[in-house]
Amino acid sequence: MAVITFKQAITDALREEMRRDEKIFMMGEDMGIYGGCFGITNGFLEEFGEERLMDTPIVESGFTSMAVGAAMAGYRPIVEYMFSDFVTIAMDALVNQAAKQRFMLGGQVKIPMVVRTPTGSGSGAAAQHSQSLEAWFCHVPGLKVIMPSTPYDAKGLLKAAIRDDNPVLFFEHKIGYSVKGEVPDDDYVIPIGKADVKRAGKDITIISYSYTLQKALKAAEMLEKDGIDAEVVDLRTLSPLDTQTIIESAKKTGRVLITHEGVQNYGVGAEVAGVIGDSEAFFYLDRPIKRFGGDFIPIPYSPELEAQVVPQVETIYEKAKELLK
Amino acid sequence: MKLSKETARDMLYKLYSARIFEERVNEMFMRGMIHGTTHLSVGQEGVAVGAIYATNKDDLMMSSHRGHSHCIAKEADVKKMMCELLGREPGFCKGMGGSMHIVDIESNNYGANGIIGPAIPIATGVALALKKDKENKIIIDFFGDGTSNTGVFHEALNMAQLWKLPIVYICENNQYGMSTSVEKTVSVPNIADRAVAYGMPGVVVDGNDVFAMMEAVGEAAERARRGDGPTLIEAKTYRWLGHSKSDKRAYRTREEEAEWKAKCPIMRFEQYMLKDGFKDDELKAIYKQAEDYMEEAVEYAMAAPIVSLDEAKSLVYA
Repeated sequence: MAVITFKQAITDALREEMRRDEKIFMMGEDMGIYGGCFGITNGFLEEFGEERLMDTPIVESGFTSMAVGAAMAGYRPIVEYMFSDFVTIAMDALVNQAAKQRFMLGGQVKIPMVVRTPTGSGSGAAAQHSQSLEAWFCHVPGLKVIMPSTPYDAKGLLKAAIRDDNPVLFFEHKIGYSVKGEVPDDDYVIPIGKADVKRAGKDITIISYSYTLQKALKAAEMLEKDGIDAEVVDLRTLSPLDTQTIIESAKKTGRVLITHEGVQNYGVGAEVAGVIGDSEAFFYLDRPIKRFGGDFIPIPYSPELEAQVVPQVETIYEKAKELLK
Repeated sequence: MKLSKETARDMLYKLYSARIFEERVNEMFMRGMIHGTTHLSVGQEGVAVGAIYATNKDDLMMSSHRGHSHCIAKEADVKKMMCELLGREPGFCKGMGGSMHIVDIESNNYGANGIIGPAIPIATGVALALKKDKENKIIIDFFGDGTSNTGVFHEALNMAQLWKLPIVYICENNQYGMSTSVEKTVSVPNIADRAVAYGMPGVVVDGNDVFAMMEAVGEAAERARRGDGPTLIEAKTYRWLGHSKSDKRAYRTREEEAEWKAKCPIMRFEQYMLKDGFKDDELKAIYKQAEDYMEEAVEYAMAAPIVSLDEAKSLVYA
């Protein structure tokens, strides 16, 4: 077991998979000599060459559709967007093409492709480079959506995504790139669609994912000092959603706080709350389910305001305390 | 250009089949036998047949929402096409796609797209895969005049030329995007002129002349196969019927339609065959053969089952 950063885990997963399977290639902007906007593919050009690490023009729409075509024809493309906000440019390629080709063609093709992209706020990049748009894609049959919080999960889930025969969106929180954690030296894969109880507890369930999950764990430590035993559930995969783990935890604690950076309105938290409300866990609830997502506002540039519009350790702690009153 | 008797016969059969298929589908829509919508390619059959016969069977093809003729030229069984239009289980896509999504991967028909534009980069992505495969195959990509105005058309042509991909772009200029004429939507006299922007050859062809199509596509296909990159071919043709089933064609005159009908690609191909020594009766027999098989296809499709909802759901994910 080595302790590495989330960013290193992504790089390692990509390199190991590229070495394992010749059919995998990568497309994106400035991935070669530059190593990608966040340096994920530093050194890849030397090892894999231009044919497998393709620097594209700045055309997310065009090269994402090209990846769909290459996937139909037997390859396993991995596409990188510099920032997840640029999914808007490629929306047709993802929603109308990648997600639907297999179905519309009566199962004649597979679309084994991964779109991975840095996401989220906290870097002072303002409203067009800081969003969390993952919920959009959870609404589309045919896509899978993964959003890990730790280096261990990131590596195992990225490998699973690359080996999956379906289009997968893989969101990497750009502040979360520096999170450190233990990662096994040997090859491993984490199954898509399984949540993980990151901290077991009995008094309250905090459900989260991505970098907000790290904040939730710190909030749980603060709660512990107050004598409160919080359970923290990491969704890891948003679609397909692990409803069983959610329901079991809600039944166990009877108090549920769902927190994420994406805008709260119509967000992932609404779906998770719906899952609990639709299930027998409803009868175990001691308090109404509490959602705590991002404010309904574009991410402001001003650093003080940027921090205020998404959940933070202290505010997650406060919301949890309210539920325990 | 001189064709073998067998090839000429085969091509005429495809031309007739394409025409009869569209006429039959049109009639079935009028009579309420098919639901949804459809885009018919009557008058444009020469583009499809000429282009496909200029390439090899193991070359690939990608089509547009107006794609029935392309499929028939690329050996699609009209029985399975008719099943697809009727939403039946034996259809190419098990009835999940319908008129706009007839795809047959086995016969290298990578199919059609319901959205204007993205099929071009998808075909370009297939071309990227073909280049990686190094099996000397190419793909031809059919699309319409309106599609040449989309952003992804320009994005894809730029990348195809940058990476010298084995693809032939065939813009089927049928003069109208739904009701709007090319004069109102395209900023250059010829769509083929747009090739200049990407440093690739741009060729204007009479799309109603099967031989001219074969020649232009044949040359572009060889160029692509040699590794010299893509070509943009503009095939000038005409859509005889409306855009889709509800179109009254108020945006053009009957005289204009008559002018184009006089340039019918099938009639011109028949004239070649008669000059080549075929008898009128032989041509009529080929037509009858295509017509009879179409009737068989309709009967077969009408009686075919539909897939269960459970099976449909199982197709969403691999």
